[in-house]
Amino acid sequence: MFKLESQDLHLYYGPKHALKGISMGVDANSVAAFIGPSGCGKSTFLRCFNRMNDLIPNVKMEGRVLLDDNDIYDSDTDVYEHRKRIGMVFQKANPFPKSIYENVAYGLRIVGEKSRSIIDEAVETALTQAALWDEVKDSLKKSALALSGGQQQRLCIARAIAVKPSVLLMDEPASSLDPLSTTKIEDLIYTLKKDYTIVIVTHNMQQAARVSDKTAFFYLGELIEYDNTDKIFTNPSKEATQNYISGRFG
Amino acid sequence: MNKRNRKNTAKIKDQLFKYFAILCTGFGLLALGVLLVDIISRGMGRINWSFFSNLPSRHFSESGIYTALIGTASLLFFTILVALPIGISSGIYLQEYGARNRFARFVEINIANLAGVPSVIYGILGLQFFVRIAGLGSSILAGALTLALLIMPIVIVATREALKAVPNSLRDASLGMGATKWQTTSRVVLPAAWGGILTGIILSISRAIGETAPLIVVGALVYVPFVPEGPLDQYTTLPIQIFNWTSRPQQGFMNNAAAGIIVLLAFTFLLNGIAIFLRNRWYNKIKL
Repeated sequence: MFKLESQDLHLYYGPKHALKGISMGVDANSVAAFIGPSGCGKSTFLRCFNRMNDLIPNVKMEGRVLLDDNDIYDSDTDVYEHRKRIGMVFQKANPFPKSIYENVAYGLRIVGEKSRSIIDEAVETALTQAALWDEVKDSLKKSALALSGGQQQRLCIARAIAVKPSVLLMDEPASSLDPLSTTKIEDLIYTLKKDYTIVIVTHNMQQAARVSDKTAFFYLGELIEYDNTDKIFTNPSKEATQNYISGRFG
Repeated sequence: MNKRNRKNTAKIKDQLFKYFAILCTGFGLLALGVLLVDIISRGMGRINWSFFSNLPSRHFSESGIYTALIGTASLLFFTILVALPIGISSGIYLQEYGARNRFARFVEINIANLAGVPSVIYGILGLQFFVRIAGLGSSILAGALTLALLIMPIVIVATREALKAVPNSLRDASLGMGATKWQTTSRVVLPAAWGGILTGIILSISRAIGETAPLIVVGALVYVPFVPEGPLDQYTTLPIQIFNWTSRPQQGFMNNAAAGIIVLLAFTFLLNGIAIFLRNRWYNKIKL
C-alpha cells in the first residue's frame, strides 16, 4: 500500500491537457522527487495532492488520487480536513506578516485551539523539527519578515508541520535560496523523512539525487519514468530521461 | 555634425521642459501660498476659545462655530456608521469572493464611475429618497445617508486596492493549511490589507468633511442657533457655516469665515497627514 497514490490522473486547464494519465505511488516515510523541464506539469501534479487546483477556475480533473487508500476527491472528503493532513511548502517563502510565533501557531489557531500551553509546545516542537528553534527562540515575538530568506523558508516548513500532517509537499523549496540555506533545507528533508512522507518538486537534479529515494521524470504532461533515484540517475531505461539528466534538453 | 546638432537640440528641449515644469509647480505653490497667507492673516485673530464655544449670532464678534462643529461631528459619525460596514464588506466581496466575469467588470467600472459623480447629484438623490420618500426631512440622518452614498464608492475602491496588494502567496499559504476562505480572509488577508483600507477610510472622511453642495440640497440649515440633540434634528456644518458668513456684507463676518476655513483646513490636513503616514508604514510592511 502506498501512502500517496494517483491512478490514471488527467487534468485540463480549459482546453489544455496538462496532465496525461499519471499513475504512481509514494511509499510512507520516503522522499519522492519530481523533475522535468518547466511547464511539464510537475507542480500541477503536486498541487493535486492537496487539492490546491480546486482554487483555479476552469480546471477539470479525471482519475483518482488516494491518501492512505482513501479517494481525496470523493464527494464526502472534507477538503479543509484533507489539507490539514497534507502540509505544503511553496517556491517562494511566504510567511504571514505576523510574528514568528503566530506564523507557527496559525494552523492550531484555525482549528480553534485555545490552550496557551498546547500552542507553546507545538510551536517549540515544530521550530525544533525545522532546525530553526535555536536561531529564533529569543525573538519569537519579532516579525517573521525580519528573518533571512533561508530562515523564512524553514519557518514555512515549521508552520506546515506544526499541525502534524503526514505528508509534506514541497514545490521547489530551495530555488530562491543561497547554497548554504539550500544545504540546510536538504538536511532538513533528510531528517523529516522519519516522520513524514515527502514529495519535492525541484529543478536542481543534484538536489533530487541527494535527497530523494525515488525520482519521477515528467515531460509534456506525461510521467516518462519513475524509479529508484539511483537507477534514474545512473541507468535510466528511457532515452528522454537520459537526455534530460545529462542536460541535453530542458 | 548633424548628429551632434540633434543631440544639442534634444538637450536644450530637455532643459526647457525642466524649467517649464518648475514654473508650473511654482505657480501652483504660489497660488496656494497666497490663499493661505490671506486666510491666516484675516482669520487667525478670530481663533480663540470662544470662537469654538459660541453659538452663531447676529454680531460677528460673538459668533462662533459650536453648532457647526457639533453638526459636522454628528453627521460624520452617522456617515461612517453607515458607509464603512457596507463599503468595506462590498470591497471584500468583490475582490475576494466575486466571480471574475463580465458582470463583475461591469460592476467594477460603475463603482469607479460613481466615485467621480458630482456630489450635488448625490444631494438630489438624497433629497428625493431620504428627505421625501423616507420622510426623514432635513435631518442629520438624511444628510448622513446622503454623504454615506457619496463616500461609499471611495471606500469600496480603496478596500479593493488594498486587498489586491496582498500577495496571493499568502492566501495559498493559508488555504494550503486547511483554512477556510473566511479564515484566510479574516486572519491573513484583512490584517495585511488593513493599513491600506484605513488610508482609504481616512481620505473618504476628509472628503466628507468638506462637502457642502449635497448638504445644502438635502436641507442643512444655514443658520442654526441651537445644538442638535438627536439624529432627526436639523443641523448645520462647518463648510455651510463658512458659506453663510461669506455671504454677509460685514467685514467682521469675512474674518469669521477665514477663521472657520483655518479650522476646516487644519482638520483635513491632519486627516490627510495621518493617511499618508499610515500608507507609508503599511507599504513598507507589506513589500518586505
